[in-house]
Amino acid sequence: MLSKRIIPCLDVRDGKTTKGVKFQGNIDIGDPVEMACFYYNEGADEIVFYDITASSDRRDIMIDVVRRVAEEIFIPFSVGGGIRTIEDMRRVLLAGAEKVSVNTAAVLNPEIIADGARVFGSQCIVLGMDVKKVETSRKIASGYEIVIHGGRTYMGIDALEWAKKAENMGAGEICLNSIDADGTQQGYEMALTQLISENVNIPVIASGGAGNIDHIYDVLTKGKADAALVASIVHHGTYTIKQIKEALHAQGVKVRMRW
Amino acid sequence: MIAIIDYKAGNLSSVERALKKLGYGCLITQRREKILGCERIIFPGVGAAGKAMSDLKRLGLDEVLRYEYNAGKPILGICLGAQIILERSQENEAECLGLIEGNVELLPQPLFSEEKDRLKIPHMGWNGVNLRKEHPVLEGIAPADEFYFVHAYYPLPASDEYVFGTTCYGIEFASVIGHKNLIAVQFHPEKSGKAGLRLLENFCTWDGRYAE
Repeated sequence: MLSKRIIPCLDVRDGKTTKGVKFQGNIDIGDPVEMACFYYNEGADEIVFYDITASSDRRDIMIDVVRRVAEEIFIPFSVGGGIRTIEDMRRVLLAGAEKVSVNTAAVLNPEIIADGARVFGSQCIVLGMDVKKVETSRKIASGYEIVIHGGRTYMGIDALEWAKKAENMGAGEICLNSIDADGTQQGYEMALTQLISENVNIPVIASGGAGNIDHIYDVLTKGKADAALVASIVHHGTYTIKQIKEALHAQGVKVRMRW
Repeated sequence: MIAIIDYKAGNLSSVERALKKLGYGCLITQRREKILGCERIIFPGVGAAGKAMSDLKRLGLDEVLRYEYNAGKPILGICLGAQIILERSQENEAECLGLIEGNVELLPQPLFSEEKDRLKIPHMGWNGVNLRKEHPVLEGIAPADEFYFVHAYYPLPASDEYVFGTTCYGIEFASVIGHKNLIAVQFHPEKSGKAGLRLLENFCTWDGRYAE
């Protein structure tokens, strides 16, 4: 039976790892290659990198990070942030990433999902979704709206409709980030996660809000997520990946226990 | 030296990096004389069976693989390379290499877990392998080891004799198949952590002989 995945997320800016709260006040906390090796040896099932480098002329730094990570860890990892074209995807995949994730670029130009899936295969294309809870309306029937710019710009797109559309266009996986929950450590957005996961036939990675192991347990069981993204709680050393997996295993969640 | 067969079916550099990490020399190639000069062959692949078969034929690599298989050279198939060694694939109704008797089929839908949850397609993520028979390439692999899978089609060999490991995902399918000097895995050992590296290392030292 398939295991639920525990996926540490590393935000990388100018070649250094950071983790901020609600996308503000980022602080440097380490070397991404070292951190990736650390989590690989601790039992991470996959690693997600977000390149939050502001200027596009410094993107080569990230390609170099990807290349060095790929030489050291032998589990899948994805890279997102600043991926706008098929050529951007190609560079990241050739450098050794298993998957690329597109977020804003896909909202602005959904065709990039179909193009990426056609060229590289659906298994390479992850749709990153930043979502905020809003009043239910005719346009936003699910009560969850797609946002960009770290939550500052509302796009008038219903999150559920967007997830279904992206799946039809060839997205192979969804990384579902609740902007409301992100960085709060108060738990994942359960209703959102369950809603999306039950209505698409591709895996959903829950993101944003993990503060303790119960939160992770809840989102992988009641929330129906296929994987849980973790950041602050492992970066700050509150728990190790191993502790998280041992606790989940003890509670009957199928996770990979040998690494 | 190990030849990684290049027929434009996916990114081969992760296999190359894993072998490099293990300290084995390899080359990514589609040239017949280079492949013939190597001691062993890795036959990877991502993508659709129909396109893969037409590319193999166009490059003359189907004949090279048949020749090397019959000559007894150790061959490791990975993912799509564990499917198109069979006779026929339901994907694109492709005629395949036929090195092992059997077919490739699409995972049936809907599939359900033991808890009655609907399972997603493709089968993507970490899953276990029930070891059915010993094989030098599986040495040191424990029942609790898991491997990284990404696929919607699965190998269905004509006989249990070819099945070395199975995996459960709504159905139980053959995830490690082999015959003589050919062994093939549906998962990606190069993305499966230390268990995957162990399997690759086993292959790198395997003489291609398998005794029941």
